[in-house]
Amino acid sequence: MSSEVHFGQVQGAQQAVAAVAIHDGDHHAHHHHQSFITKYIFSQDHKIISRQFLITGMIWAIIGGFFSVIFRLQLGFPDKSFPFLETIFGHWAAGGHISPELYYQLVTMHGTIMIFFVLTAGLSGTFSNFLIPLQLGARDMASPFLNMLSYWFFFVASIIMLSSLFIQTGPSEAGWTAYPPLSALREASEGSKLGMDLWLISMAVFVVSQLLAGLNYISTILNMRTKGMSMTRMPLTIWALFFTAVLGVLSFPVLLSGFILLLFDRNLGTSFYLSDIYIAGHALPNQGGSPILYEHLFWFLGHPEVYIVMLPGMGITSDMLATHSRKPIFGYLAMVGSLFAIASLSFLVWAHHMFVSGMNPFLGAFFVLFTLLIAVPSSVKVFNWLATLWRGNVQFTVPNLFAIGFVSLFISGGLTGIWLGNSALDLHLHDTYFVIAHFHLVMGIAAFFGMFAGVYHWFPKMFGRFMNNTLGYIHFWVTFVGAYLMFWPMHYEGLAGMPRRYYEYSADALAVYHRFQHLNEFISVIAIIVFAVQILFVFNFFYSIFKGRPVKDPNPWKANTLEWTTPIHVGHGNWPGEIPEVHRWPYDYSKNGIDFIPQTVPVSPAEEEVQESITTR
Amino acid sequence: MSGFLVVIVLLLLFIIVIQIAKASDYVAILKGEKKAREQSNRLHSTLMLIFLIAGLIGLYVCHQLLKDKLLPVAASVQGVAIDHMMTITLIITGIVFFVTQILLFVFAYKYRGREGHQASYYHENSKIEFIWTAIPALTMTILVAIGLKHWFTITSSAPPSAMVVEVTGKQFNWIFRYPGKDGVLGKKDYRLINEGKFNPLGQVWSDPYNHDDVVSNELHLVVGKPVKLEIGSRDVIHDVGLPYFRLKMDAVPGVPTTLWFTPKYTTAQMAKMTGDPNFVYKLVCDQLCGAGHYSMVANIVVETQEEFDKWLASQKSQYELAKEGGAIPSDSTKMAALQIANQRKNISLK
Repeated sequence: MSSEVHFGQVQGAQQAVAAVAIHDGDHHAHHHHQSFITKYIFSQDHKIISRQFLITGMIWAIIGGFFSVIFRLQLGFPDKSFPFLETIFGHWAAGGHISPELYYQLVTMHGTIMIFFVLTAGLSGTFSNFLIPLQLGARDMASPFLNMLSYWFFFVASIIMLSSLFIQTGPSEAGWTAYPPLSALREASEGSKLGMDLWLISMAVFVVSQLLAGLNYISTILNMRTKGMSMTRMPLTIWALFFTAVLGVLSFPVLLSGFILLLFDRNLGTSFYLSDIYIAGHALPNQGGSPILYEHLFWFLGHPEVYIVMLPGMGITSDMLATHSRKPIFGYLAMVGSLFAIASLSFLVWAHHMFVSGMNPFLGAFFVLFTLLIAVPSSVKVFNWLATLWRGNVQFTVPNLFAIGFVSLFISGGLTGIWLGNSALDLHLHDTYFVIAHFHLVMGIAAFFGMFAGVYHWFPKMFGRFMNNTLGYIHFWVTFVGAYLMFWPMHYEGLAGMPRRYYEYSADALAVYHRFQHLNEFISVIAIIVFAVQILFVFNFFYSIFKGRPVKDPNPWKANTLEWTTPIHVGHGNWPGEIPEVHRWPYDYSKNGIDFIPQTVPVSPAEEEVQESITTR
Repeated sequence: MSGFLVVIVLLLLFIIVIQIAKASDYVAILKGEKKAREQSNRLHSTLMLIFLIAGLIGLYVCHQLLKDKLLPVAASVQGVAIDHMMTITLIITGIVFFVTQILLFVFAYKYRGREGHQASYYHENSKIEFIWTAIPALTMTILVAIGLKHWFTITSSAPPSAMVVEVTGKQFNWIFRYPGKDGVLGKKDYRLINEGKFNPLGQVWSDPYNHDDVVSNELHLVVGKPVKLEIGSRDVIHDVGLPYFRLKMDAVPGVPTTLWFTPKYTTAQMAKMTGDPNFVYKLVCDQLCGAGHYSMVANIVVETQEEFDKWLASQKSQYELAKEGGAIPSDSTKMAALQIANQRKNISLK
């Protein structure tokens, strides 16, 4: 009832937005009074929605991170008993030891939560929502209503996933990739019972959320840029968020189809993924299906997903390095081009996760080629970042430290991708700790660094206050050093063939891996410290919302982009008066001896317009 | 109680850190923005440099500590090729790693923000951009070429002289089947699987090729003789992980896979080379397959042809075992009925 009314109002408001751009109307005049519920809960304001995504993402990150601490306790101290685990998990951790079932459930949930709920919804949900209208000069998203729906679909997905943690048979334990038949057959494991259904339903709802969000981001970027904001004058963050949305829209539907077929196999007796199975004492009637079909459907999203997680971080890093080094980004067009190349190639590499699946080796060859090709645009990005720092005036603000950290982690983790993408080496390294080290460095921690950089940088815009700097520095250094201490030695475990996803290595049959016990203990201790420091960050975040130092200068970082031309406390509609017009690219730092020239400043006749924008004017 | 204390101590530690952080932010404000920025630039740029140096030393220390824990020399012909390729990849990626990481931290230090210093408005150089696009492209071409050469060699069809062993994964162990004297594996049907009746693989007893097939939970291989593994799974996806041979292949229910390689050293030779008298080759499951995934390990014995023949001869075929256990109907009519039933099911799973 009321929502329909509201929808109508929104459309009206949108027409008003268009009108405002023409007349110099006071947007607040159109503004009706909002209750707490419409302002903060079922809000259609992109800035509130972005905060909703961010805070939900942070809650998930704490849960996901906490799970990793628990399973690291198991890996680091398999013989020790931790009574508090029994307090939390009950019979799943009888005697203070987590059971194998619980171990796999924690591992599965850690992956699912971090990849989808934190680094997809939490990361691009936050920054796409917050930055696309603000940096492009729009009053809101193309469809604020769909935008609101995208959050609430994510919220429902979150609730379903969360509820699966509390059911009797526990959540899914089939890994974040949920390969059938393990995920298809209730007899295969405890987590394959109700937990798996909830997992699949939650993920299906999540996909809906991502599609609504992605379509909205794309249409906003293509249609709602302010006057003068040509595509080539967009900040690289927006470019990155644009490609992220395109990837999501093209690949998530395929994942959804894969999940729905899996739900059919589980509940309706179909045989898409099942054939010739004998389990729990009886032979199943299913014939003719193939689990490899699921692998293809899954990784057709699964690999672009890696870039859905990575690209926002790349964009944010580019803008941080430029803004905080007071220097234009090096090779703007090459940066856009490499984003485009990475995004396109990411659709042609999915089967490099399947070199040892039994897939035709000839087919594998193409995936080797395209996978290693991705190293080219990736290295272009790295070189351009380095060149941006070169002869800069690097300000060591917290966001810039995280950006520099991002580059370092991206190099370290990216280079091992060249190992794993080469199928012959993958024969040895597949599913070992080498893979864990690789993807945690390159897309886990690095993507988190992009997110942290963004949070520290845009916090003053989001909440009108600063976060505590010193805590930010502590957060950066401990996390950065900790990331290397945790994941660098894991490469050695992987080279020694240590399989991933093992509950313990203490069996006599695995005596060869006992030699890594001390290392595992060390990694676990570091993981706990790093987790504790993330809690410090969360504290800093929430404390600063209420008690942080208030922002007095509307442009505290002296940045060129449009969001800093809004008032310190941005109202509904973003700009109280007319939307500003854009006259230049966002990277005029240190030009002609002037520290920064915002995008809204017209190009003076004497000034030489930047090469890139000339060609597109 | 001690747990409670730990929590208290941690909380106190948190509060202390937070108070210090607050105080130091206040101090920064008192000092003035300019001076505070100058100071933090100096501090963190120096820390960047220290991180680089300490990190490089750390890499060395880490390598010294862990290099002896790596695997011994590759135990298969294919593994040697993979190790060789790994060395080339390590050198190439290693050079890139050191150059880019050093540049990153040195640039960060060298171009740290200083008062009166200005960044240069320099954002384009198509020549250098072309060069640093071309170099990675070239390098990748080389790596792809090397990789595919090895990939196609390793995944080519097994030589006809290869011995055949069937590997079946199930929750949570491995079953190996040898074709016996006739050199042919008998037919099987997953619907005939019956652990209680000595038929873990669902062998079709009416197929005479099955009568001499030996089933074991240990993988026996002959040194220097190519072996072709015919891999399958009874329930969920498993993975035949062979770390010593540097190889791996999934075991997928309903989709047979194969992997062939040539073992280079016998278990005894390897024991001597590694100095570990108890050395045993292992086959580990490398694909999450349920709660017992971590326990899905099998032993591999690589031995000479004579030793292998002797071992095989000492094994009873599964058919014999089933017969002794009374699981096979001696009645010929039953046998015929079974055969007909099987034909109707139209199985050709060999």
